[in-house]
Amino acid sequence: MDVLDLSRWQFGITTVYHFLFVPLTIGLSVIVAGLQTAWFRTRNPAYLRLTKFWGKLFLINFAMGVVTGIVQEFQFGMNWSDYSRFVGDVFGAPLAMEGLMAFFLESTFLGLWIFGWDRLSPRLHLATIWTAAVGTNLSAYFILAANSWMQHPVGYRLNPETGRAELTDIWAVLTNSTTLVTFPHVLFGAFVTAGAFVAGVSAWQLLRRRHVELFRTSARMAMAVTLVASAGVALSGHLQAQIMTEQQPMKMAAAEALWEDETSAGFSLFAVGDVTGGRNHVNLQVPYGLSLLATDTLDGRVEGINDIQARYRALYGPGDYRPVVGLAYWSFRLMIGFGALSGLLALAGLWVTRRGRLPENPWFHRVAIWGIGLPFLANSLGWVFTEMGRQPWTVFGVMRTAAAVSPGVDVTEVAITLTGFTLLYAALAAIEVRLLLKFIRRGPEDEPGREAADTVPALSY
Amino acid sequence: MELTTVWFLLIAVLWAGYLVLEGFDFGVGILLPLLGRDETDRRTILATIGPVWDGNEVWLLVAGGATFAAFPEWYATLFSGFYLPLFLILVALILRGVAIEYRGKSDSPRGWDRAMFLGSLLPAFLWGVAFANIVRGVPLDAAHEYTGSLPTLLNPYALLGGLATLTLFTLHGALFLTLRTEGDLRARAAVLGRRLAPAALAVGGLFLVITQLTAGKPLTWVTAASAAAGIGGSLLATLRGRDGWAFAASAVAIVAVAATLFGDLWPNVMPALDPANSLTVDNAASSPYTLTVMTWVAVVFTPLVLAYQGWTYWIFRRRLTGGGS
Ligand code: HDD
Ligand code: HEM
Ligand code: HEM
Repeated sequence: MDVLDLSRWQFGITTVYHFLFVPLTIGLSVIVAGLQTAWFRTRNPAYLRLTKFWGKLFLINFAMGVVTGIVQEFQFGMNWSDYSRFVGDVFGAPLAMEGLMAFFLESTFLGLWIFGWDRLSPRLHLATIWTAAVGTNLSAYFILAANSWMQHPVGYRLNPETGRAELTDIWAVLTNSTTLVTFPHVLFGAFVTAGAFVAGVSAWQLLRRRHVELFRTSARMAMAVTLVASAGVALSGHLQAQIMTEQQPMKMAAAEALWEDETSAGFSLFAVGDVTGGRNHVNLQVPYGLSLLATDTLDGRVEGINDIQARYRALYGPGDYRPVVGLAYWSFRLMIGFGALSGLLALAGLWVTRRGRLPENPWFHRVAIWGIGLPFLANSLGWVFTEMGRQPWTVFGVMRTAAAVSPGVDVTEVAITLTGFTLLYAALAAIEVRLLLKFIRRGPEDEPGREAADTVPALSY
Repeated sequence: MELTTVWFLLIAVLWAGYLVLEGFDFGVGILLPLLGRDETDRRTILATIGPVWDGNEVWLLVAGGATFAAFPEWYATLFSGFYLPLFLILVALILRGVAIEYRGKSDSPRGWDRAMFLGSLLPAFLWGVAFANIVRGVPLDAAHEYTGSLPTLLNPYALLGGLATLTLFTLHGALFLTLRTEGDLRARAAVLGRRLAPAALAVGGLFLVITQLTAGKPLTWVTAASAAAGIGGSLLATLRGRDGWAFAASAVAIVAVAATLFGDLWPNVMPALDPANSLTVDNAASSPYTLTVMTWVAVVFTPLVLAYQGWTYWIFRRRLTGGGS
């Protein structure tokens, strides 16, 4: 493997890893803030116990999001220095804004929230968790604006003298149509994730008949969140697919293994294809499905891989403009599939717990516990699809991935960091899961008011 | 003033802020095994930085992001050139962040204490190495790519720079603990601070004198002298039991060191051994439009950030006692 391959692996591994924690942070921050608001309003101690219980799991997860995020901030310069030189003018701006407007907000106010239980008035203390939640969501917006610019570059020009991209309209970058549909999709995805997590952990407690009332409340609330968010994810995903058909038709065609231009195209469910020959052997389809998804009409025209490839050759010069078709195809399908399962599970859960019921049979609880994994898979696959479906481009139509990598970094160096990060991340994953399990087992504290009064605050509470 | 100058200053301010704030976090982490005799001590020591360490670290992220936005070439050359040292810093910061957050929740705090110690020691040293190399100049080619290797960066002068930041941050951390704790712990931290100040003065002084003799300008002799005065002042203030002044003086010393280094750099951002290839505020900068946009963002949000971070320190101003309740 050369520097390019290793750098791609490293970026992929560290970013997918970062994004395991990100959606849970985004969703849980709002759920915890909501629970604390319920306590503030009603003074019902059950809500306080829930706030503290979920708050602790939230913080364990947040810590991992922070430390893996630091790596992301510097990787562009470390492994993609030619990319950074080329686009820094445009791409650096949202990144710097994210730090100044969002990271300061979330880190500072979360510190206040953790240590401020007995130092701030209840109202002010409640405001700190909401401010942190706003910061978290704001950070998602800016980073997605940066990423959307790579998918669909706008608001810039190429300076022929310096050979660099230069920003001409920051507003265009921040209101990129791609950003506007990606942001809701990612947020809804985060709420599917946090909902499934809270529901699964609650099911674990309910299976053991512990704190039944508390966790019945948690589980139902969380399943409602997941259900609503699943609908949101599907709707926003639909909008994304339409924008993508227009902006990156190759990605859509690859996602559907659609080789030739077609009207009234079907949505493929299962295909086995021949990439070199450019055709499918087997293709099971929902009639008209793709045309409907991509163009909102039954007979809309969708471009195929072979046709786009010919068009791009004429436009960009010789080369292979196809991403890895199998990967795009399956990551797209499985993202939708795992997400849909998660939504169905939530619906079934709400049904079996309706009007005070609780299923006797343990299998439902077990499914809900394993169901925690579904949205994490969907999220990771969504990113693999988005990013690898864009290949061979780093900035679509403007800069190829092969031209983006750091020329001054050698194979040994990248091999060292790739191995180092992978091993460290694996160890941290094991530690984090053990810690989460420990606090899940311990369950909510009986008198959560007590510990906060210590003169030496226990580190995180 | 030209926008490139504004951004050079702003990035210098961000780094200075980072070094002052995370400087004492590093010092606290390094002193943890030395000053923490028992579990209560160690918890108290970590609790002094618990609410603020993440906010402090964001200064680094913003310094990095601002460099990316305002001087993309600087960002690209620096981080790809200093690849392995930066990797070590990242690993250290990861270990440290996880240690702070997980120690109190874990059953085996001692392992985390070691991670905290190493995770603080390594960056406290390596940031000095990195800045010394930046000021001294590194081999760059005409495309501004770094052409040296890891040993190039580990030259004696840079290692001295590393020792200088290490002692300075340790001192700063000791003075911070003196200010934020009570009783026996405070007394021990104060004694340590008094011992560390002469060491910081000697090592830091030597580093600054060499820096000034090779790259100095008349004006930065003033800031270098202020750095020395800051360390001296912190010693005098701890001797008199004026904890707040002592801490403020060591903060001044760190700011003065940063001012000296950035002052010596100007108008370069990364001088090359062959001056023709140097990165300067002009050839590394973004377009005037980007700089204008970012200036507005900075003008609006920096005071806001300073206000709420300052407020956080005010909320957590009370000294922590080791006794428990
Ligand atoms: C959609 C959301 C999203 C995406 C795509 C990314 N992040 Fe992230 N990031 C967050 C959402 C987020 C967050 C929710 O704000 C985090 C996660 C947990 C946390 O602590 O904050 C965070 C933390 C976080 C931190 C630590 C902040 C702190 O110390 O408080 C940094 C430096 C980054 N991220 C940087 C990046 C970069 C450079 C990315 C691009 C490759 C990236 N993140 C992708
Ligand atoms: C957190 C969610 C994200 C995930 C899971 C993710 C995943 C990936 C993956 C798997 C690759 C490798 C693609 C390949 O080489 O085939 C990649 C590349 C890349 N992504 Fe992302 N990405 C994410 C967010 C972002 C964001 C927000 C940005 C920019 C702000 C970004 C910028 C890049 C860059 C610069 C590359 C390297 C060049 C390239 O291979 O195209 N990514 N990402
Ligand atoms: C009906 C269901 C869904 C549809 C139609 C859909 C559609 C899409 C499309 C078209 C993209 C690619 C956008 C682009 O590259 O420009 C995408 C990306 C993505 N999807 Fe989905 N999706 C669905 C469900 C889900 C679910 C359930 C999750 C997670 C819980 C999820 C998470 C993601 C993520 C994280 C990305 C990458 C970021 C982005 O580009 O938005 N998706 N989705």
